Amino acid sequence: MNIGAHYNYWVAIFLMMTGFYVVITHGNLIKKLIGLNLFTTSVFILYISMAKVKGGTAPIIAPGIEVYSNPLPHVLILTAIVVGVATTAVGLALVLLIYDRYGTIEEDEISLKDDAL
Amino acid sequence: MELIIDITLLTFLGITALAINRIDKLFCVIMLSGIYSLLCASLFVTMDAVDVAFTEAAVGTGIATVLLLSTIGATDTQQRSAPRRPLFALLVVCATGAILIYGTMDMPAFGDPDAPIHQHVAPRYLQESQQEIGSDNIVTSILSSYRGFDTLGETVVIFTAGLSVVGLIGFRGMQKFGDRQRAAGITQDDMGKHLVLRIVIKMFIPLILLFALYVQFHGDFGPGGGFQAGVIFASGFIFYTLMFGLDAAMRVVSPRTLSYIAALGVLIYGGVGVATLLMGGNFLDYNVLRSNPLQGQHLGIFLIELGVGTTVFSIMVLIFFAFSSRKGLRQ
Repeated sequence: MNIGAHYNYWVAIFLMMTGFYVVITHGNLIKKLIGLNLFTTSVFILYISMAKVKGGTAPIIAPGIEVYSNPLPHVLILTAIVVGVATTAVGLALVLLIYDRYGTIEEDEISLKDDAL
Repeated sequence: MELIIDITLLTFLGITALAINRIDKLFCVIMLSGIYSLLCASLFVTMDAVDVAFTEAAVGTGIATVLLLSTIGATDTQQRSAPRRPLFALLVVCATGAILIYGTMDMPAFGDPDAPIHQHVAPRYLQESQQEIGSDNIVTSILSSYRGFDTLGETVVIFTAGLSVVGLIGFRGMQKFGDRQRAAGITQDDMGKHLVLRIVIKMFIPLILLFALYVQFHGDFGPGGGFQAGVIFASGFIFYTLMFGLDAAMRVVSPRTLSYIAALGVLIYGGVGVATLLMGGNFLDYNVLRSNPLQGQHLGIFLIELGVGTTVFSIMVLIFFAFSSRKGLRQ
């Protein structure tokens, strides 16, 4: 089996799992959001890897070029990136509010303060 | 050669992700996530996704990093708790990863031109979009014409996210912001000492704005379009704010004006759709805008890219203003 054939997919899965691990083990809310970003980006890499055609070039029509990569995943991911940062900003805004209320961004300290109420 | 670059970049990405997991200092983690985005952008270039690379470089390394930095500036810069139940989590992650890797066994090889993904609608986009839409950049054709509905939805999502951020953390005490800063003994002169930075940034800002306009209006022919242009234009403003302070930036464009501009962008987009309906076509069917369908497509794409660009620009600046006014208040 050729390693190059699936290497991209495997690394995408590795990155996705690293992001997943960061989200479930770390209690720090900002680190959780960064982990979530890792997770999202791995999906982007997976999509763009599927769009690649061997020997192809960027999907911009030019004379003398026959093979282009698939433009459809590019469109989907392009918009997903901008939507992703907008939603991350909402997450960070919630982190700021939590910090205002609890004075900390660590999950276990927050639940301790909740229990004390 | 391409394969070697591909494998090297992917390996670097893996190492960066592991470092992000291990390091406790949030500042380092954020810088690493910026590097991670830049590596991603390079990887996208090697895989021919130039438009995506453009967006990732502007958004991931630029805006996302600045937003994360303003958040740690207003909260905490250190992770204070150890990972919880790391062994159990590792088990879960490994099991999930193994299942996913088992799933990839059925996938076609990387770069295979006969893969199912290249058979369905993609050939039509590649072969006929130039006759149907008239734009050299196929990504732009799909984004704004074939899949205009999607893009309208995504523009509305960005608009909504911007509204949510302002609704959540808002600009409370904004009018008093300058006074508070002076009362707290913080002046904008902190950055003013960096004379070289000031002058260089002053020279750079017009170039950044000009480049954003080029990206906006050249999207039909090369990589670029409303999303990228909006983000780059916004980064010009963010640059200015970082150097000359929030007060000065808000005198250039106030949050109220920005929210009107954001709404205007969505309105332009939806308005084009309604106009095509009134002129007897389908929603967002630009062919009816002019007597010649290709000219109609050209006009339609121009207008909706303008709508996307203005919305993305104003929402990004608005979000940044909301975050940095927060930081000023805390101090």
